[in-house]
Amino acid sequence: MTNDPKISIRKLYKIFGADPKSMLPHVHAGMGKPELLDSYNHVLGLQDINVDMQAGEITVIMGLSGSGKSTLIRHLNRLIEPTSGEVIVDGENVLDYTEDQLRRLRREKMSMVFQKFALLPHRTVLQNAGMPRRVRGEDEGSAETNGRTWLSRVGLDGYEDHYPHQLSGGMQQRVGIARALAAASDIMLMDEAFSALDPLIRTDMQDLLLELQKELHKTIVFITHDLDEALKLADHLVILKDGFVVQQGEPQDILLNPNDPYIEDFVSDINRARVLRVRSVMSPLNGETEFAGVVDVNDNLEKLIQMSGGDTTHNFKVQQDGTDVGILHMKALVRALVPAQSSDRGSIR
Amino acid sequence: MATYDWLFSALGLQDWCSENKTDAPMTMAQLLARSGQKGAESGAEAPAVSFWDTPFPSLDELNRSCDAVARTRDMTSWVEQLFLAVKNPLKVVLDPITQPLSWALDGSLWLFQTVPWFVVIPLLLIGVWFATRSIGLIVFVAVSFMFMAFIDHYVPAIQTLSIIFVCTGFSVFLGVPIGILMSRSNALQRFALPVLDMLQTLPTFVYLIPLIFLFSVTESKLYGIAIILYAVVPVIRLTDLGIRLVDQDVIEAADAYGMTDRQKLWGVQIPLAMPNIMAGVNQTIMMSLAMVVIASLVSAPGLGVLVLRGIRNLELGVGLVSGFGIVLLAILLDRVTKASLGRINVTHKR
Ligand SMILES: Nc1ncnc2c1ncn2[C@@H]1O[C@H](COP(=O)(O)OP(=O)(O)OP(=O)(O)O)[C@@H](O)[C@H]1O
Ligand SMILES: [Mg+2]
Repeated sequence: MTNDPKISIRKLYKIFGADPKSMLPHVHAGMGKPELLDSYNHVLGLQDINVDMQAGEITVIMGLSGSGKSTLIRHLNRLIEPTSGEVIVDGENVLDYTEDQLRRLRREKMSMVFQKFALLPHRTVLQNAGMPRRVRGEDEGSAETNGRTWLSRVGLDGYEDHYPHQLSGGMQQRVGIARALAAASDIMLMDEAFSALDPLIRTDMQDLLLELQKELHKTIVFITHDLDEALKLADHLVILKDGFVVQQGEPQDILLNPNDPYIEDFVSDINRARVLRVRSVMSPLNGETEFAGVVDVNDNLEKLIQMSGGDTTHNFKVQQDGTDVGILHMKALVRALVPAQSSDRGSIR
Repeated sequence: MATYDWLFSALGLQDWCSENKTDAPMTMAQLLARSGQKGAESGAEAPAVSFWDTPFPSLDELNRSCDAVARTRDMTSWVEQLFLAVKNPLKVVLDPITQPLSWALDGSLWLFQTVPWFVVIPLLLIGVWFATRSIGLIVFVAVSFMFMAFIDHYVPAIQTLSIIFVCTGFSVFLGVPIGILMSRSNALQRFALPVLDMLQTLPTFVYLIPLIFLFSVTESKLYGIAIILYAVVPVIRLTDLGIRLVDQDVIEAADAYGMTDRQKLWGVQIPLAMPNIMAGVNQTIMMSLAMVVIASLVSAPGLGVLVLRGIRNLELGVGLVSGFGIVLLAILLDRVTKASLGRINVTHKR
């Protein structure tokens, strides 16, 4: 691909404490988070983060509590100032921005959805949805028309005049999303946007997000500590631990080839048959002619197991948009269902 | 002979003592002592004091041994001199900036007393309706005022109310901006909190004293300033607190969507701090009421004057009835402001 990434984070460091700059040499010399805290009483928030985020994709940043996810996402719109590094958005380094430029970035290019919704409690749902436009100086009328459209898009028709506290958590977050969409920004930052919701509502919201994304093609940075959510949403997955990136890439790829025990732990508990897709385990066509059936590249493995009736001797032809692209051996499928161990990768237990 | 003669001789200071004789006026105690001595027998040495009665080496005591040491009475008169010296320059500055307060107080007093009661009382009731939307309160306010008018306490009551309105207005006008500044700067907060503590703990009489020196008792701003100094504190405190307590997540959202400081202040911080600010206003009103009674000592009109008359002339009935009027005003003001506060809180529930 020749496209430049929409957002590009380069060598980003963030240290919390009295004198972060002076701690940089220690961190460059390889001091880790616990040691820095012990010896110098500074918290190493982020170290050497390099991530490219492509336009129109959902980049999911995942990690356990305290791994620095919120810190990282807040660097993109500079709610937090870095200790060193670059954040490049559309070719411009956000960290060189003056206050005015920064304000324009936040008003027009990046919107944000929060874990605790962070709606204005003294404003109605409609006024909340119209907030980004009003902040920019547009008149009340156009802000409300726009807000109304987005509220109905997220399924909140008829709730315009309610106050946030009158809505359930799921509905409040829909307002949060409508507010972010009303800003008409290319980039949406979502910090654990669905973590405060119960599982069913959460699935609804994920579906809503994917549906909106199919039509709007925003660049979304999504934070979560939930692997299922990450795998469902991610085009690009970044895994953080103690402030550094352990692994990043295509989610299927990470699932099949975890490069760190930390990630193995993460991926060991999930239902792999449902998450892994045919494209991740297929191999190139090699003159075979006998197939037990035809499947799509994006089918998940569960479906194949059903089709084959559990018979591991079958092969399936894989098609994408009607053209043949590969073959899937059931044996490979079964092997992929067992989590790979970095120590004894490939062996079957 | 005095107790501490030995100290000065030990230090070799007798010469300095006699050279620098201060011929300040005698204290009352000295005069009394002298006349007492004259009456009995003059020239007798003071009897030697026993060890148990050894006086503390205070200014007065040291002065007895050494005339060069100033007496306490001299010290207080220096303070007075100092105060008088700065008074005029201070007045040049303070007079013009406090003049609007006099105008407001006098104007409002004039207005409330000129407009007839059958206009003022309905207007007050309409005000209560807009603030509280409560029929019960309207009835309560109406009955209270009728009662006070019936026992001929309408004029002092309305005077007290008028002063409270003006002083509360000024307190809010000054206190809210100060509170906002304090909420933005930790340094300012650290500096201001002790000052506020002092204003609140100083006995109210104490800051009447410098004010009496600065302004003449005929000026209404004298009591206006006293009331405001005392009553402004809760608005400042609670504005500061209210803004600091605004949910940080909401503030972050405001920042993330690119609000300017001003948009954030008017669109988020002040509205969300409103319940606290109004609680401060409620307290300010109550404290103005407390102070307006005391300020009758320095010619503030109103119910306080009647209470004072009750005390001075031992007219028990006058004092008690007007005291009851004050209580009635207090309950009424408290109820009305609390009820309007409750109305604000409804839309703020989270
Ligand atoms: N203002 C701060 N001062 C000091 N340390 C901080 C500050 N903000 C964050 N940290 C530290 O940085 C680390 C990362 O915090 P962060 O909030 O980014 O974690 P997170 O991954 O978002 O966790 P969670 O899932 O709990 O939200 C934590 O160790 C935290 O203690
Ligand atoms: Mg977080």
